[in-house]
Amino acid sequence: MSGTLAEKVWDAHVVRRAEGEPDLLYIDLHLIHEVTSPQAFDGLRLAGRTVRRPDLTLATEDHNVPTTPGPITDLVSKTQVDTLRRNCEEFGVRLFPMGHAEQGIVHVVGPQRGLSQPGMTIVCGDSHTSTHGAFGALAFGIGTSEVEHVLATQTLPLKPFKTMAINVEGELQPGVTAKDITLAVIAKIGTGGGQGYVLEYRGSAIRALSMEARMTVCNMSIEAGARAGMIAPDQTTFDYLKGRENAPQGADWDEAVAAWQHLCSDDDAVFDAEVDLNATTLTPFVTWGTNPGQGLPLGESVPDPETMGDDNEKAAAQHALDYMGLTAGTPLREIRVDTVFVGSCTNGRIEDLRAAADIVKGHKVADGVRMLVVPGSARVRLQAEEEGLDKVFTAAGAEWRLAGCSMCLGMNPDQLAPGERSASTSNRNFEGRQGKGGRTHLVSPLVAAATALRGTLSSPADLVDLVDAGAFEGSK
Amino acid sequence: MDAFTTHTGIGVPLRRSNVDTDQIIPAVYLKRVTRTGFEDGLFAAWRKDETFILNNPSYAAGSVLVAGSDFGTGSSREHAVWALMNYGFRVVLSSRFADIFRGNSGKQGLLTAQLAQDDIELIWKYLENEPGSAVTVDLVSRTVTAGDIVAPFEVDDYTRWRLLEGLDDISLTLRHEQDVTEFESRRPAYKPSTTVA
Ligand code: SF4
Repeated sequence: MSGTLAEKVWDAHVVRRAEGEPDLLYIDLHLIHEVTSPQAFDGLRLAGRTVRRPDLTLATEDHNVPTTPGPITDLVSKTQVDTLRRNCEEFGVRLFPMGHAEQGIVHVVGPQRGLSQPGMTIVCGDSHTSTHGAFGALAFGIGTSEVEHVLATQTLPLKPFKTMAINVEGELQPGVTAKDITLAVIAKIGTGGGQGYVLEYRGSAIRALSMEARMTVCNMSIEAGARAGMIAPDQTTFDYLKGRENAPQGADWDEAVAAWQHLCSDDDAVFDAEVDLNATTLTPFVTWGTNPGQGLPLGESVPDPETMGDDNEKAAAQHALDYMGLTAGTPLREIRVDTVFVGSCTNGRIEDLRAAADIVKGHKVADGVRMLVVPGSARVRLQAEEEGLDKVFTAAGAEWRLAGCSMCLGMNPDQLAPGERSASTSNRNFEGRQGKGGRTHLVSPLVAAATALRGTLSSPADLVDLVDAGAFEGSK
Repeated sequence: MDAFTTHTGIGVPLRRSNVDTDQIIPAVYLKRVTRTGFEDGLFAAWRKDETFILNNPSYAAGSVLVAGSDFGTGSSREHAVWALMNYGFRVVLSSRFADIFRGNSGKQGLLTAQLAQDDIELIWKYLENEPGSAVTVDLVSRTVTAGDIVAPFEVDDYTRWRLLEGLDDISLTLRHEQDVTEFESRRPAYKPSTTVA
């Protein structure tokens, strides 16, 4: 029987299938953080249950942690972190706490240790668990009662999903990245376009992406409403995994790779839906509104709600423009920002930091702009420091921080003030996401860095003009 | 969770429709880290009003909430169910429930019994005329009895069976623990462990 990648992984994890009931699926890896786990552990305690497989469970502290040295000052945040520590201790779950060399955003930590592998089922009480699908795993976010269910049984009863192929063919132009692919996909299918689907990203443009870039793409599947996003494993995947501490070793490695090589959608597999995107004509994408689907190529202007199809869309766009303080017709390139945030589980990995550092190197962040660079994990931070990237950023006038979710969601002190505008490499531009009244433009690390230098939404290509005109110091 | 066959307790007439989960428990209470103790957040905004029904001593110890239509709309927070149960409610009667709230309730052991709006009106009048009166909810026969009123209610078969047996999601899965153990014995050896390295 032929099938899609997602169906194959699903079928390999069915513990029990019965007519009229959801399939019971085995979970290979359960990642945990401080925000969505407390009540799940409390539920176990109330029912006198234990964690079935602590060896398939891993906890990190990320959402609440401050990214400047020192203890947590916010009481609620501190309580959540303290509670996680107590729970992990009591139930025997391994934890990477603040200050630990392996601490970081849960979706950065799993992959960097080689824990996220092809063909696995991976869950976490966090919607961006879709990140791990980059390895050809079926990975999705779950709610707190499901967290408790997985802790107690290492399984989940799940309703079936549909499959959607996202075919991205062609070669990306210089300055165009995985983030632009994903923003373009979401703008194309809408924030609800993936509802009920597992997306499989395919095509030559996807094959050409590095593992980290693939994670960026899968990370944002949830913003299209999808349950998960996946990419079939290939040599790039195997090369990334080989040698990492939690990857298979020795004979296990050979056996694993042999199995992983079969993890792809069959040629005659039928998807419930297909979407095509041309990578060659893609240009850097930015969002102008208050959901990730409200995005356009940087070269365009703020859209006019009056020109939109239906009344709902019109009203939503008008509302978004009011919130964002934007006027229809303004070229996107002229939008001035106060803050630039480089980080998050979408773009807080070493390649992202390298790309941003490459742009800012030898230049200064524009007057009146604050640039925050927050590595996705302690390990990424260390690596960046070994490469001297921290110096590049601080010399340019940016702030170099400790690992965490930071300004992605503003649960820690890194927040936008009301009315402040950011160019952010994170994944959500919802109202208030980065701080009450804050205005977010989602961008790639390259656009973020270029924007920091010019002060308005920009791509690296825009810098060339500035350099030629000698408009900013430090230029050659 | 505890099995539910029949329950008798003080009925609380809540003459409001479209009670959303933010009214059941406001967002500020969501920062807690426990599963218990949410009773103080239940209807927090309304309880500041001394004429609110739960501030009447005759109803304060209620365990059967008789609500208007469309109970439990809005955000999917499971805390709404915890707050009701922590306070002491075992049953909510309404002519219509929001889907997600109803699903969450069934999983936690809170019975959401759907009655005709005419019957809700009758029960409201009865409870208002005789404050502190008991209501009996019989899940076996699917009937509500309040004074002389005997009204049928609807609950889907699956949820009813689970409540009668006292099975939460986890207990349901654990009935198949053998299957889980068998599956585990077949898992490839190369699958990763979080405790290594
Ligand atoms: S970085 Fe942002 S999206 Fe990612 S896990 Fe943290 S808060 Fe969630």
